Amino acid sequence: MELIDQHTKKIMEGCKERAREAGLEFQDETLEYIVTNRDLLELTPKLMIPTLYDYWVHDVEVLKEKGRYELYPSNPYETVINTRPAISYYNDNNPDWMNVMIFYHVLAHIDFFQNNLYFRHTWEYDFTGRALSDKRMIAKFRSEKGRWLDYVIEFARSIDNLVGYHSELSAWNRPPVTNKTKMLDFYFDEFLQSQKQIKVNAYIKEIERYNDCIKAGKDHGEKAFFAEVLRKYPEFDAIYKKSLKQGTDQKLDLVQHILEHSDFLNREENRWMKPVIEVVRKTSLFFQPQIRTKIMNEGWASYWHEKLFLQDDRIEGHEVDFARTHAYVTSLPRVGMNPYALGMRIFHYIEDLVDKGKYSIEFKRLLDARERAKFDAKTGAGQAFVYNVRENLGDFMFINTFVDQDFINRNNLFVAGKRLNQNRGVWEYYVKSRKAEDYRQMLFDSLYHPPYITIDPEKSKNGDLYLYHHFEGKPLVKEFIANTMIGIEYMWGAPVKLETSEVEKVESQQIRIPIPGMAMPTEEAGKQLEIKWGRVLYTMKDRKLSKVTLTNSDVHKPAAS
Amino acid sequence: MDPKSKQLFKRLKEKGLTPDRERKILAELEAVDTHRFPISSKAGSSKSYRKFQNIYNYDDLTFLQGIAAMQSTHSTSLRSIDELLERDKQREEDGFPRKINVGRLIKPGKGGKDKVVVVPSTVEEKFIHDPSLQASEEEPYGGSGDGEEGEVIGEQPLHEPDGGDGTGPGQGEGAQHEMESNAYDLGRILTEKFQLPNLKDKGKKRSLTRYTYDLTDRHRGFGQLLDKKATLKKIVETNIHLGNLPDINAIDPSEFLVSPADMVYRVLSREKDYESQAMVFFLRDYSGSMAGRSTELVVAQHVLIYSWLLYQYAMQVETRFVLHDTEASEVKDFYTYYNSAVAGGTQVSSAYRLVNEIVEKENLSRDYNIYIFHGTDGDDWDTDGKESLPQLEKMLRYASRVGISIAEHTQEATHNTEVEKYLKKSGLLTEKPELIRLDVMPENTGEPRLIEGIKHLISE
Repeated sequence: MELIDQHTKKIMEGCKERAREAGLEFQDETLEYIVTNRDLLELTPKLMIPTLYDYWVHDVEVLKEKGRYELYPSNPYETVINTRPAISYYNDNNPDWMNVMIFYHVLAHIDFFQNNLYFRHTWEYDFTGRALSDKRMIAKFRSEKGRWLDYVIEFARSIDNLVGYHSELSAWNRPPVTNKTKMLDFYFDEFLQSQKQIKVNAYIKEIERYNDCIKAGKDHGEKAFFAEVLRKYPEFDAIYKKSLKQGTDQKLDLVQHILEHSDFLNREENRWMKPVIEVVRKTSLFFQPQIRTKIMNEGWASYWHEKLFLQDDRIEGHEVDFARTHAYVTSLPRVGMNPYALGMRIFHYIEDLVDKGKYSIEFKRLLDARERAKFDAKTGAGQAFVYNVRENLGDFMFINTFVDQDFINRNNLFVAGKRLNQNRGVWEYYVKSRKAEDYRQMLFDSLYHPPYITIDPEKSKNGDLYLYHHFEGKPLVKEFIANTMIGIEYMWGAPVKLETSEVEKVESQQIRIPIPGMAMPTEEAGKQLEIKWGRVLYTMKDRKLSKVTLTNSDVHKPAAS
Repeated sequence: MDPKSKQLFKRLKEKGLTPDRERKILAELEAVDTHRFPISSKAGSSKSYRKFQNIYNYDDLTFLQGIAAMQSTHSTSLRSIDELLERDKQREEDGFPRKINVGRLIKPGKGGKDKVVVVPSTVEEKFIHDPSLQASEEEPYGGSGDGEEGEVIGEQPLHEPDGGDGTGPGQGEGAQHEMESNAYDLGRILTEKFQLPNLKDKGKKRSLTRYTYDLTDRHRGFGQLLDKKATLKKIVETNIHLGNLPDINAIDPSEFLVSPADMVYRVLSREKDYESQAMVFFLRDYSGSMAGRSTELVVAQHVLIYSWLLYQYAMQVETRFVLHDTEASEVKDFYTYYNSAVAGGTQVSSAYRLVNEIVEKENLSRDYNIYIFHGTDGDDWDTDGKESLPQLEKMLRYASRVGISIAEHTQEATHNTEVEKYLKKSGLLTEKPELIRLDVMPENTGEPRLIEGIKHLISE
């Protein structure tokens, strides 16, 4: 791996100047490396982080077809990584004009990493530096503990998709809490809603009463308010104090919970495992935002490389070359999804929308199609708004907010379906729907979404660990459950339980997936298979897995955590 | 529907069928497919399907810079498969399940040049959502361009030239992450690392060698047949030594001096002839119902068995391949055996009959240890085995082992397939456990289970 030559670096510096002028914000220093195939062989298993810790699975081909991208929070094959300074990788024979385009693309990515709030928790440090010290620590433990270290990494990695990314993130954006507001939050958020479960109108009345108290009493208003509360609910004080003690407990994710409360890990001879598990957790947290901003990030980079390249005076004469490459990267496929193409078009759409003042209540109220078409308030605020979007949204909100019917129509998008044509013996692709809501749903379904699994504190009281899978219509991959739970049991040091949903076997018919090349019996073809879900409880005890079906009376949702 | 199958169906119907059976049989009969052979097309076809990729499959390096995706291989990372398997064994001793699969096995080439590709692979297991339930119906894609709702915009053949059948074992994603090895090595790995049993009796009752006589040795001075070319060379050599060859550009053979010792003859001599000791028949049900995982499992298991036998018999194994639907036919190599697409109905007896015929006609039972392995999904139109069982009994008279694997179409083994039912009813399994074994596996079987199954099929 060597740095790019001075000539190319100069091009990069020129790109930085122009990108800054256009409004992109990023740190001054960047590192650009030429990579060979050999380098890539080492880099890809380590997710392009050259200093990531060693782990034997990196050296083996990993089968992914089952879990697809769900197993990994990041694409292992990016050009630029979110470090300080940002590091990017290049082919050694790119022509200059192409480097200009790629550099703009890379700079927009860096701008995104350093400004999008989903990356907030990665801003304060350099990941490569930290990874290097982690790597050394792990190497040291490996020389002392041998294969047991690899087991610990393996088991920690088996739950690294359940890290509390969102709670980590929200910690960065919380207003400072005082004791008073804490009590207030607890009263309104927890006490009234979860514990007393009062009606909405009573809740609103309570808020009004609070506002009145504040208006009347200024500083003493809150005191007066709580005096009234205590009269009404004498137990409030005790409950509040108790909650303060439990306090932070519930905010821990699974990995943290194990680190904090596992008797096994807290034994003297096993203490060394804790920093190792923590490394795995931190690494996972670092990569989480990448996969949650894929469409935005690529869209943003494509939006800017197009815009800046065309304004660049250094590349005259290469417009056609650029057009060809750019079209290859950002064309919408006839069938399929391309995050570059989609993201870039959404950004263009947003800019246009705001420029014309269409992102407003007036426009939304407008129903006449002709009026809508020629609506133009000439606000000129599009560019600023696009920056705003880049700062605050992630893929889900980006799609949910801006993929509307106008956008679908403008880009001629549709949801394509695939069906079997018996007579011709082919799969047919057809236009299934041109409705925005269907298209959005299709996008949502393809977005990364790890299962939502929490710890049920009530049922974990006997020292076992009771995991509750909040079912969202998709079951867990069955074959993986046993080995994942073995790992958790090892780290927890006591039996582990998992409550989840599975297909209940009620139908007398065996479920037969349509087999290509085989005619489905006609009577069955018309019938849609109704799937009936039932709750089951897996128990991992002494590395043996058992399963029981839960009846309705066993099932209850744990209190919100 | 071809007339033969039709007739068969009629005959079966006269004998009486349950509605459920009839439905199953009709489904196979009416399927449009034939036993097509995959057209071998290499690069190019995969590219056109790239567009269906998920958004997370796009990345800057490949897409923007056109740097080919690469994956680490153990051959570059200095880790041998032995090392990995050693680690795996250690895992078992430590009380954790094995994690290395040596699976994804064969790359059949035409003309008997089958390459076994050993790809050690593993999977990182986590709690993740199972996409397969969603995808079973019809997965929606994004699309763009013209077309009314409901309009068909493109077609894709059911069996892609490259894909389709090719999802079988050995179909690694890209060609570069493979480690080639021959079946013999794989057999060794299986025997040593997965503790597949060693054959106690490797058939050494018969001598390893037999002799044939042929005119192969050369002899100077006398013999049965004059080797003219060798003799002439010798004469020239002698004359050069004698200085009787002044100008090599103008040789006059009439001036040559010929010594009697220059005459080279061929003599009859004894030659060692190595003999194969084992003959393995692989039988595969390629009826319509076998589509999908069942075929994959059966073929994968057969590759493993083949490798193991090859090792056990020190390469002295001959193989025969038989495919059957309602009729059976012998195919010439593993390539055809592996690749022929599924279609048609099911008559297990046809395959058994063919094997019996071959053995009888070629008198194989005298010279070989005969192994027969049959892979099926357990479906048989011959519901109670009236035709299969007599053939099977006949087979057991000469076979060293008959192993039947049933890959069921269900997520969990129901033990309710025709073949299994009539086998159990016949009592053969309990009467002659040393000769016939049955292995029933559900559709979602993984490699460890396959190897377990082989252990069961071949253990003493």
